Amino acid sequence: MSVIDDSSAGASGFAAISVAEPRDYLALVKPRVMQLVVVTALAGILLAPHPVNFVIGLSSLLCIAVGAGASGALNMWYDADIDALMRRTSKRPIPTGRITRSETLTFGLVLSCFAVVTLYLVANALAAGLLAFTIFFYVVIYTMWLKRSTPQNIVIGGAAGALPPIVGYAAATGHVGLAPLVLFGLIFAWTPPHFWALALARTGDYGNAGVPMMPNVKGADHTRLEILVYSVILAAIGLLPYAFGFASIVYGIVSLVLGVEFVRRAVLVFRVREGDAANKTAMRLFWFSIIYLYVLFAELLVERVLFVIGALR
Amino acid sequence: MMSYEIDPKGVTLTPEQARSRRLRNIAIGLVIGALVVLFYVVTIVKIGPGVTKPPI
Repeated sequence: MSVIDDSSAGASGFAAISVAEPRDYLALVKPRVMQLVVVTALAGILLAPHPVNFVIGLSSLLCIAVGAGASGALNMWYDADIDALMRRTSKRPIPTGRITRSETLTFGLVLSCFAVVTLYLVANALAAGLLAFTIFFYVVIYTMWLKRSTPQNIVIGGAAGALPPIVGYAAATGHVGLAPLVLFGLIFAWTPPHFWALALARTGDYGNAGVPMMPNVKGADHTRLEILVYSVILAAIGLLPYAFGFASIVYGIVSLVLGVEFVRRAVLVFRVREGDAANKTAMRLFWFSIIYLYVLFAELLVERVLFVIGALR
Repeated sequence: MMSYEIDPKGVTLTPEQARSRRLRNIAIGLVIGALVVLFYVVTIVKIGPGVTKPPI
């Protein structure tokens, strides 16, 4: 036996060997959020007036997805304390002890650098800069600052989730146009009713963790009113791709129908305020909001893929 | 400074630690392999068809 001195070793010394598996690291990048980022960034790439090279487009999409994953990992690193207190997040890798905070921080930083540098090399400086700004905004502005200090956290922080179409468009064209800005507005207006519907049904969870979500600070009724207002704004913005001419009449009809249904469900949330029925109505709006965004972007993607195929012939 | 006793034979991993380390190694290998392919293909695309027609 030999004896060494090492002030950097943990309290458990060398017995603390990681048991983290690849699936734990996959959980750190929030695969569900990443799916949404991929769909919205792809829409931005395909909205380019001239089709981008397939390999460059796919590589850019990969970088944007990895950047989103890095943001998720850094979010879990910083929020490990409150994640452990909420049912929805208590099974994440850090609260369950499968990955340490320092491992998560390293993982997130490495992914961030890789995503930004590679996007610069593959696409251009503007896209890389926008991706770096997105990661910075989500981790520093939203996670570290807004989330624990204001009920407007997810409203302002929603900008980070709304940026992927702009990053995608910039990667494909080298500049920012009206079309990705409209998609930014769509996701930006979608975020408050989406998260507040969940917050209405999980008020206790957020309260226990000390996160000042709208229902905990301003009350459930005020939140219901804001959900309704944002839903009307969202339904109107949903029509803009058709109004500005970068989506077809089919998209226009789909967005109109889904927008009306979104507002109808928001009205139900506004009216049904008591007991279990109120929670169920809020959760139904939450799930419908996901369907709303996926269907609109799926329709837009189909149209743009057909456009690209037509342009390549 | 804290002191630790080290077995000269090295650390003996538990079955769970050995399994998770093997899985991590496989994942890292696959990711590096995929990156090599990605960077190679992107480089070829960036260079373009001119690579086969060097100026005389």
